[in-house]
Amino acid sequence: MDWTALWLSLRLAGWTVVILLPVAVLMGRLLAYRKFHAKVLVEALVMLPLVLPPTVFGFYLLVAFGRNSLLGDLWQSLFGHQLVFSFQGLVAASVIFNLPFAIQPAQRGFESIAPEVREAAACCGMSPLRSLWKVELPLAWPGLMTAMVLTFAHTLGEFGIVLMVGGSIPGETKTIAISIYDRVQGFDDKGAAIMSAVLVTISLFTIALTLWLSSRVGRRLS
Amino acid sequence: MALEILVRAQTPIPLDVSFQVAPGELVALVGHSGSGKTTVLRTIAGLWRPALAQVRVNGRTWLDTAAGVDLPAHRRRVGIVFQNYALFPHMTAAQNVMAAMDRADPAEASRILDLVNLHDLADRKPAKLSGGQQQRVAVARALARKPQALLLDEPFSAVDRATREKLYSEIIVLRRHLQMPVVLVTHDMTEAQLLADRMVVIDKGRVVREGTTAQIMADAGALRALGIREVAAMLPATIAAHDDDGLTRLDAPTGPLFLPGVTGAPGTRVQVRIMAHDVILSRQRPVGLSAQNIIAGKVGEVVYGTGPGVLVHIDVSGHEILSRITRRAADQMALTPGDTIHAIVKSMSVARDHVARAPQEDPQTSDMTTSQGAPDKTP
Repeated sequence: MDWTALWLSLRLAGWTVVILLPVAVLMGRLLAYRKFHAKVLVEALVMLPLVLPPTVFGFYLLVAFGRNSLLGDLWQSLFGHQLVFSFQGLVAASVIFNLPFAIQPAQRGFESIAPEVREAAACCGMSPLRSLWKVELPLAWPGLMTAMVLTFAHTLGEFGIVLMVGGSIPGETKTIAISIYDRVQGFDDKGAAIMSAVLVTISLFTIALTLWLSSRVGRRLS
Repeated sequence: MALEILVRAQTPIPLDVSFQVAPGELVALVGHSGSGKTTVLRTIAGLWRPALAQVRVNGRTWLDTAAGVDLPAHRRRVGIVFQNYALFPHMTAAQNVMAAMDRADPAEASRILDLVNLHDLADRKPAKLSGGQQQRVAVARALARKPQALLLDEPFSAVDRATREKLYSEIIVLRRHLQMPVVLVTHDMTEAQLLADRMVVIDKGRVVREGTTAQIMADAGALRALGIREVAAMLPATIAAHDDDGLTRLDAPTGPLFLPGVTGAPGTRVQVRIMAHDVILSRQRPVGLSAQNIIAGKVGEVVYGTGPGVLVHIDVSGHEILSRITRRAADQMALTPGDTIHAIVKSMSVARDHVARAPQEDPQTSDMTTSQGAPDKTP
């Protein structure tokens, strides 16, 4: 059992969720409430990671993060190591390829709030920030919850993009999914079986926990 | 004036409306759906910003597009009751009310819920409340904001007739304690006539007429915009007795009036809306008729319209009853102002929700369900 890889995967998933939560709230709200010309384009861009092959997506990320890229050079000069094939680079890639999993459910969550309810909040004297905190977040919570769980679970399971952007450096970029792949390649069927079972258990538990929590939220509202 | 508004816009619909509301006055904004009433209300609340508009409340400018003043909705002291109430579904009734306070005050919330007779249901979520109860929470929440203007957007349209009858009386009683200007948007003339001090009639985005109920009802132009079937007279009356057969005897200036089961104890002052098309006229006092109310009066103005109908004003000891009859009948009867005439009103033609509490204070307390103690406490 490769505990280092599991711990890395969990850290990666955790960081991705933490970074994407505010992004999901901001973007989900924007797409749910506002009408603007480029809205369809923005929604399409957000959806793109769902349809692109991980290799294509990974390739573009490599180009964007790699040596001689604007972002890559900036990172190199700031932190003294390159962005690709590092944990930070993996987090950045993970954040980007999880955008649809975080934003879409969040957007649906905010869309489920009747416009009059938001107007009522304003007419109750609530500032936009207070309205977000007291009214919108509690009501959009099931959507945000789904967003976070999908992101977490999806990060644990992602393989192609991680391999492209991160390589397979133990303790730095070797996630559990990649570790399982290595075991299979090395004919260690027992190790692969154990780690697969652990991954299935963690994923199942996470999703079940969310479903249970969101059903509680549902009951709270009725 | 406590509330002054002027709106000019081309979208969403062409709009050119201006009117004023005095402190404590209830003005009904009436007109067909799509006439622009709600847009006017939303402009006052700060939920809509027309091309050109001015909103002034108690001398303070909330909106002046020309001067670039535009207070956001949450900075305007406005209480609004939405058509579908728009309660916060995740909060209890009490929490909904407290959400509108500057500082959450449970004691104050419970006092306001008392005011709308909802004290026992303070801990219920909106989903567990009936339509009428939700409406009361919405009213309580609007009042909790300590509004300088109270806005009601078709607040009775989502409840059934029986509940509406009760809510009308509650609002009338509650209003005696309100000092702010109130604007009621409605397409229901019963509502407007029972609740409003004054009406502003809007048609296709323009103010057609403005005036008291009596003035509007005597105005052919206003009636054209409202629909001629809405013409009705208002009679003040006092509940005299509930008879064993289910009829209630009311004392009206026009004599006794028998109506089916009116809610309220003897002595309660009410107002009765009598639709003009329900009133039959007769020169002689008819005998052998099923109708229970035969009111003698004098023919006043006889207004001929462009259609086959005629509106006859009947003066009964200083009060007015309106009757809408055919031009043919008016010609056959040769109605002339000053003639003695009998107005016949079927008891059953007066719907329950066409009777509501009188807007003035009762001389004595009644045991009507809507007045249990709470309204005596001034907010």
